[in-house]
Amino acid sequence: MSAAKGSYYLPDPSPWPVVTSVGLFFLALGFIFLINSVDGGQWLMLAGVLTIVYMMIRWFGQVIRESEGGAYDDQVDRSFRWSMSWFIFSEIMFFAAFFGALFYARQFAGPWLDNTELLWPGFDFNWPSAGPEGPAAATPSTPPAGPNQFSPMGAWGIPAINTAILLSSGFTVTMAHWGIQKDNRGQLVTWLFLTIVLAIVFVGLQAYEYVHAYTELGLTLGTGIYGATFFMLTGFHGFHVTVGTIMLSVILGRSIKGHFTSGHHFGFEGVAWYWHFVDVVWLGLFIFVYWL
Amino acid sequence: MATAAAHHEEHPGGLTRWLFTTNHKDIGTLYLWFAFIMFFVGGAMAMVIRAELFQPGMQMVEPHFFNQMTTVHALVMIFGGVMPAFVGLANWQIPMMIGAPDMALPRMNNWSFWLLPPAATLLIMSLFMPGGGPAAGWTIYPPLSTQGGMGMDFAILTIHMLGFSSILGSMNIIATILNMRAPGMTLMKMPLFVWTWLITAFLLLAAIPVLAGAVTMLLTDRHFGTSFFDAAGGGDPVMFQHVFWFFGHPEVYILVLPAFGVFSQIIPTFARKPLFGYSSMVFATATIAFLSFIVWAHHMYTVGMPMAGELFFMYSTMLIAVPTGVKVFNWIATMWRGSMTFETPMLYAIAGVFLFTIGGLSGLMLAITPADFQYHDTYFVVAHFHYVIFAGSVLALMGAAYFWLPKWTGHMYNERLGKLHFWLTTISFNVTFFPQHFLGLAGMPRRIPDYALQFTEFNQISSIGAFVLGLSQLLFLYIVVQTIKGGKQATDRVWEGAEGLEWTVPSPAPYHTFATAPQVK
Ligand code: HEM
Ligand SMILES: [Cu+2]
Repeated sequence: MSAAKGSYYLPDPSPWPVVTSVGLFFLALGFIFLINSVDGGQWLMLAGVLTIVYMMIRWFGQVIRESEGGAYDDQVDRSFRWSMSWFIFSEIMFFAAFFGALFYARQFAGPWLDNTELLWPGFDFNWPSAGPEGPAAATPSTPPAGPNQFSPMGAWGIPAINTAILLSSGFTVTMAHWGIQKDNRGQLVTWLFLTIVLAIVFVGLQAYEYVHAYTELGLTLGTGIYGATFFMLTGFHGFHVTVGTIMLSVILGRSIKGHFTSGHHFGFEGVAWYWHFVDVVWLGLFIFVYWL
Repeated sequence: MATAAAHHEEHPGGLTRWLFTTNHKDIGTLYLWFAFIMFFVGGAMAMVIRAELFQPGMQMVEPHFFNQMTTVHALVMIFGGVMPAFVGLANWQIPMMIGAPDMALPRMNNWSFWLLPPAATLLIMSLFMPGGGPAAGWTIYPPLSTQGGMGMDFAILTIHMLGFSSILGSMNIIATILNMRAPGMTLMKMPLFVWTWLITAFLLLAAIPVLAGAVTMLLTDRHFGTSFFDAAGGGDPVMFQHVFWFFGHPEVYILVLPAFGVFSQIIPTFARKPLFGYSSMVFATATIAFLSFIVWAHHMYTVGMPMAGELFFMYSTMLIAVPTGVKVFNWIATMWRGSMTFETPMLYAIAGVFLFTIGGLSGLMLAITPADFQYHDTYFVVAHFHYVIFAGSVLALMGAAYFWLPKWTGHMYNERLGKLHFWLTTISFNVTFFPQHFLGLAGMPRRIPDYALQFTEFNQISSIGAFVLGLSQLLFLYIVVQTIKGGKQATDRVWEGAEGLEWTVPSPAPYHTFATAPQVK
């Protein structure tokens, strides 16, 4: 530990950032090769992923040891809080780009395509739409009758259930938080466990819905602007839920091992913030992607 | 925990020092050298462009390669040069200016830097791939960018990595400024450079993820069958322009706000007067940041927007000139009746303000929708953004280097050579870019390797200016290396009129500056 005099914790030189960057480089390069059908792309990606996973175990392990060793005072804690809040802000802006695309397509691009008679005369724009050359929209959530049709995803089946699940998980994670605040480890672990169960059910239902869309509804990533915005928004959200679930599981493991105290548990809180963030994004998805 | 004194200057030697460092000064140095190298890489590409444009007709390179040069030149200069250079300054200066022991999150700080070299490697690699590098312009508009070889994919992944680096860096800068100030250093006592970086970091966090979204949609349109930017599937290529410029216009202020901060440090020092209108400077900066999010479509006047859009974006754009004008007047008022001296940093600051103002005025011309129908995509736009980015940001960076090098290295630079570098740079800059205003007004389009005969003279003048400008930077490199190696010992204060915490510590500044926070009155 090297805190030159003052109390603020300044970590020693660390190899993990550079290792991460090397891993990311191979991941990115492999990915580019893969999507361009260059041989060996998947192996480069695998090397990158393994490097990153190894780094995470080592780097985060070190952070956990430092935290439990009492290296982080209140000021360090505040640094974590500021940076986590702004990280979540940047994530919100990332989703904003895709929501923006959805609004723009529905409010502007679609009606303009409808109004111009230049390229596709006779095209009528009604949301959900896969565009003038895409398949036509059939009744939501029921397998379409004809070949050149797709069926959009209705709001009141699985998506409504998933909304209830995610909202409940916001409640359970708060219960877990109250547990740690009262130093009641049983409450912490139980409610955290419930949160993870809900998260896994959510991801499972999403996966089921995707399979349903691809195999029965004729709805894929390539189904015009509807398919693109639908899968991009729900896909990135699902990815964030998955990451959040992994983070919750790590926190659960740490809670069982006896980490955190009532006054010092930013590791928990950061993940809880993140969880509320995916929750709120889901509400936006439910309203604008599924419902309206 | 070892004793404090023993730990003070301790760090591993050799390469591992730089690879593993968690020290803000080491990381600042890495950023600055990385940016310096990128300036030469991007500069070399600019030389190719100007060589091709020295005469009408096709001289040296294939048109497709020319397009790669304009594209990669801009990407390298913006994302590899100007942005990392200012983050380097932030790393060196912010902890010293606010009396902090280091950046708030030192390991993440190291990572923010070490994301850059792999990203730059990807971008440079793209040039050697089948089909070449990205060639759709730095704005990578579809449908051009949804076609073409894998060079574009390299560019997209590069943008993702560089963007991630910016996001991490901004989180760190905000946490440092909000949480690490010495007792008594209230927000409204912070040096203006710190203020401008606080606001810039906010802009980065709001804008960069939107760019990430835009290029992700591009990637899926290219490889995964989506139709975001394809009208046949109900998408719209113009939508990309909206998303891109929602990032793009804040981005230009990301490039220039830290430069405003630098001007606001240098000018009071050599005018020997406190900055005029400190709080109005802070509010003007915040206003610019806010406005920069509602002007983006001034880059798209000719794309076919509804009249209401054209008008809204015209007026909102013109509004930005107001807070910008406030800043310029404040800098001038700071110099008014000051006891000024003209060391190299001051020359850079004055020239920077003056030439930036020319760029702001040409921006005002471009902001007028009907006029822009004529100017759009001509060399007038090229002249405009080089007056704001080169004269605003890059001259500020050079001035900042001369201003703080004595503090960083402990040595004074060679004043005669510094002045020579200044005059070579500013004169050749104007020779390069001023004629481009005339070329643009006369209708010469940008990003085209050939031109009509009547444009020859101005292009030749411009190319000659560019070669001098490029070569002059070798002198800059020489001066910097010479200052690092030796030179007159710098005093703690360095400049007679210098105010602020960084001037109270020895030159060179010790490895850990403020282990215990100073008290600010
Ligand atoms: C008074 C302030 C400013 C105004 C009113 C203004 C206005 C404009 C307008 C209307 C355009 C679009 C021209 C066209 O493509 O037809 C433009 C382009 C541009 N401006 Fe500014 N600008 C201002 C300041 C700045 C600053 C401070 C920067 C950067 C530091 C900047 C960087 C750029 C760049 C890079 C482009 C060209 C982008 C491209 O098409 O590649 N501008 N400006
Ligand atoms: Cu703009």
